[in-house]
Amino acid sequence: MKPNDVILHSVTKVAVVIILTFSIYLFYGGHHNPGGGFIGGLSVASGLVLLYLAFDIETVRNNIPVDFKIVAAVGVLIAVLTGVSSLFIGKPFLNQAFGYFDLPIFGKTELATAVLFDVGVALAVIGTAVTIILSISEDG
Amino acid sequence: METSMSILIGVLFTIGTYLILTKSLLRIILGTSIISHGVNLLILTMGGLKKGGPPLLGESSTTFTDSLPQALILTAIVINFAVTALFLVLSYRTYKTLGTDDMDQLRGIEDE
Amino acid sequence: MSWLYLMIFIPFIFAIFVPFIYKLFGTRIHTGWFVFFAPLAVFLYLLKYIPMISKGESVHSKLAWMPSLGINFTTNIDGLALIFGLLITGVGALVVLYSIYYMSKEREALHNFYVYMLLFMGAMLGLVLSDNILVLYVFWELTSISSFLLIAYWYQRKGSRNGAQKSMLITIFGGLAMLAGLIMLSMMTDTYSIREILSKVDLITSHSLFIPAMILILLGAFTKSAQFPFSIWLPDAMEAPTPISAYLHSATMVKAGIYLVARFTSVFGGSAEWFWIVSSIGLITLIYGSINAVNQKDLKGLLAYSTISQLGLIMSLLGVGSASIYFGYGDESSVYAFAVLAAMFHLINHSTFKGSLFMVVGIIDHETGTRDIRRLGGLISLMPISFTITVIGSFSMAGLPPFNGFLSKEMFFTSMITVIESPVFGMESIGLLFPIIAWVASIFTFIYCMILVFKTFLGKHRPEKLDKVAHEAPIGMLIPPMILAFLVIVIFFFPNVVSEYFLQPALIAVLPGFAAAGGIDVEISAWHGWNTELFMTIGVIVLGAFMYYYLRKWSRIYSYYPQVLTLNNFYNQLLAGMEKLSSKLTKQYMTGFVRDYLVYIFTFMIALLGCSLWLSKGFSFNATNDAPINLFEGGAIVAMLIAALTVVFSKSRITAIIAVGALGYLVSLFFVIFRAPDLALTQLVVETVTAALFLLCFYHLPELRKEKSKVPFKVVNLLISLGVGVIVTLIALSVNNHRLFESISYFYEDSYTLAGAKNIVNAILVDFRGLDTMLEILVLSIAGLGVYTLIKLQLAGREKK
Repeated sequence: MKPNDVILHSVTKVAVVIILTFSIYLFYGGHHNPGGGFIGGLSVASGLVLLYLAFDIETVRNNIPVDFKIVAAVGVLIAVLTGVSSLFIGKPFLNQAFGYFDLPIFGKTELATAVLFDVGVALAVIGTAVTIILSISEDG
Repeated sequence: METSMSILIGVLFTIGTYLILTKSLLRIILGTSIISHGVNLLILTMGGLKKGGPPLLGESSTTFTDSLPQALILTAIVINFAVTALFLVLSYRTYKTLGTDDMDQLRGIEDE
Repeated sequence: MSWLYLMIFIPFIFAIFVPFIYKLFGTRIHTGWFVFFAPLAVFLYLLKYIPMISKGESVHSKLAWMPSLGINFTTNIDGLALIFGLLITGVGALVVLYSIYYMSKEREALHNFYVYMLLFMGAMLGLVLSDNILVLYVFWELTSISSFLLIAYWYQRKGSRNGAQKSMLITIFGGLAMLAGLIMLSMMTDTYSIREILSKVDLITSHSLFIPAMILILLGAFTKSAQFPFSIWLPDAMEAPTPISAYLHSATMVKAGIYLVARFTSVFGGSAEWFWIVSSIGLITLIYGSINAVNQKDLKGLLAYSTISQLGLIMSLLGVGSASIYFGYGDESSVYAFAVLAAMFHLINHSTFKGSLFMVVGIIDHETGTRDIRRLGGLISLMPISFTITVIGSFSMAGLPPFNGFLSKEMFFTSMITVIESPVFGMESIGLLFPIIAWVASIFTFIYCMILVFKTFLGKHRPEKLDKVAHEAPIGMLIPPMILAFLVIVIFFFPNVVSEYFLQPALIAVLPGFAAAGGIDVEISAWHGWNTELFMTIGVIVLGAFMYYYLRKWSRIYSYYPQVLTLNNFYNQLLAGMEKLSSKLTKQYMTGFVRDYLVYIFTFMIALLGCSLWLSKGFSFNATNDAPINLFEGGAIVAMLIAALTVVFSKSRITAIIAVGALGYLVSLFFVIFRAPDLALTQLVVETVTAALFLLCFYHLPELRKEKSKVPFKVVNLLISLGVGVIVTLIALSVNNHRLFESISYFYEDSYTLAGAKNIVNAILVDFRGLDTMLEILVLSIAGLGVYTLIKLQLAGREKK
């Protein structure tokens, strides 16, 4: 008999949206408030894990056709590349820069290369965490 | 607060060490997990407790707690997650392949 | 600026290219032809030093290597080094030529062979030319290693492997002892340079480390030169290909010990201990080797024992010669210095005749397929050239005219008689033993030389006992021994040329006191009237011939010697015993049980931290500066204690896992209390994911069993874990009262101006310490891949089954 997961499914659908939105907020807030790449990445990963738990792996994989090993690798690559890029302007490896710009909609906004580096961190964390969980649950 | 934290950390280390010294793989993993909690708290306590507000410049406080241990611990937490996962999978696979989680039986055969 | 140090590198440079050359030309051109140029070039280069050095000068050049440690690559060439250098390269060139015909280019791994050989050649050159004792030591060990590799060249054979192991163990043991001795020397004189050490002899002789340093250095020399009782490795080393036996184990490497003794004679010589140890060990080795050689059935074994015996002879000459220093530098001392001259002379002669003999034995082995004396015989008509060379070599070794061995053997007798005529160091009582032992050993030497010639070449030829049809060797193989045999005769007729250009400079190098006089006044001549030495030689010939004739009658006494008492047996027992002991000892603590290793680690940690805390009086406790604690925080601490204890005492795994999870959430609560919002958030999420992870594995992992351990096991665990906990608490408490310097974190409080970020922790992570974070995510990804591989690899394995 197929177990009745209606409540779990419905709650998950709502919860995941909230978790992911909050994750993105945490990630971008990291510059000035608690948050950042690690926390953002981990909460995205936990949201995905919730999806995998509520629905089965196949269903999720059909909807999110992403290989998370590659996500982790891309994350590390982005982090390294942002580090290397500072070499081209004669600054030490991993030197970060920031500046304030007037953007059309947002008004005066701070843009920092550190965010790019943080994207790499977040992707690496997401990729690794999901890979670990998926590897274990696929086995046995 | 520092005194009671020191004692708590000591207890965490004691329990963690005791678990690591047992024969069951699962207990050993739990032990490492507890020790790493102890270590994180130890680093934080070393930096001094409640010396100021959270290390956020946007807030109103003018003194801040030591931010360096926090950065260290943040790194440690994430690495600890990875290590625990690796341990867990290693023991899980050991159990599946060899059929035991008893460290005494997992040791090498005499006169290899 | 001299190019001398470059000469040492030439063989090494060649060694780098040999494998490529071998690959390129392979079986078309024998690799040996390329290698041949290395020793030849160095030989020709060294020749140019002869005129300069025969005047008593020495040349040195310096290449800074580790100047801050005082280790420089200083090379120094004098009479002694020149003799060795020419022997190494001269014999080396001949041996390479010989090996081209001996080693098949189709069947053998020639690149290995020549790389090892060049390695040895370079090491040996470095050994005799370097002036720094530490550099000398490095080259010394390098010769041991290359010798090991060459003996084990045919590593498929058990004998090769055992022989290589034996020589390695013995010579490396000696080498380490020598290192200790050399370091003592440098401690006494505060320099690493041999020349400077030689100029500070006064400091050494009065020092309390004089005797230990002397014995340690002699251990190195005796093991290398196969002196009794370390001689056992040399016969086993005969498993090496014959060119190697001719090169390393007769002409060059085994003489490194002689070199060392000669080099340090002016440091230690003149003392009774040095005189007694060196000369008596030399004489014992001499007679031990010659008696054993007679009993050998293998031609190479016979030559090996004869090498041991001849090395003993040279060693005893050096020992006797060292007494010269005791007398100062006058007429009396020159009588003893004559012995050193004889030693150098015999060193050269031995290399010529023994080298040629080894090559001939290699030829016999190569062309008949055996080296067993009992199967050989009657080869004279089949191999006339080999026979001639053997006669020249053997008769020279036996000390017969007109060969160079006769001259040095006479000089040897003269030196031994000197000991009775002008006795030193209490020689009055037992000095007579020296010439007697020398004489008896010479009789045996005569006998085995006759065996070598007559048992192999005369008698009845029995082709049915040989593996191959015997015939004369190709001309290329005969040329090298022919050159050496030719030298054997030339040196007999012109000994004084050798003396003037090589022996006298070498004498000055060994006994620098004679430098002013330009050596000692000596005329080497074949005929010096009817004196004692000549009568001794006649006695040797008569008695030796007699005993050889009746060899079969009396050789049976060898079999009465009990096998248990042989040196080899002692060695084997010692080796087996040590192996057993060490394996027993290791098994005591290497239990294969991780818990035991952890016990060692934790015990060590407790002891180390506890001791340093106690010794430095670092512990202090002062709670006055503590932050206040409120009821809520106290409750959280109690909750954590309960959760931690639950993990230990829970009987089911789900309880344990949930308790650990609770512990994690409580930790994040503490992060909140301690004003660390980033940590609290991270800890919360990580704990959630970890819990999911545990629950996923939960299904597959076994139920927690009650620990079925004995009580002592648990008590030890409890004690150690309590120790760890207490130590950590003590340290944590002490740290709170010891602020050695202010926190460096105030730097980061500028993060808004420096990095444009208001979250200091995040600024540290992505900006200030970005490299740490980058490496961390790398580690994270590697762990993820590790987990993935562990799981997937297993799946693949299962499918295969």
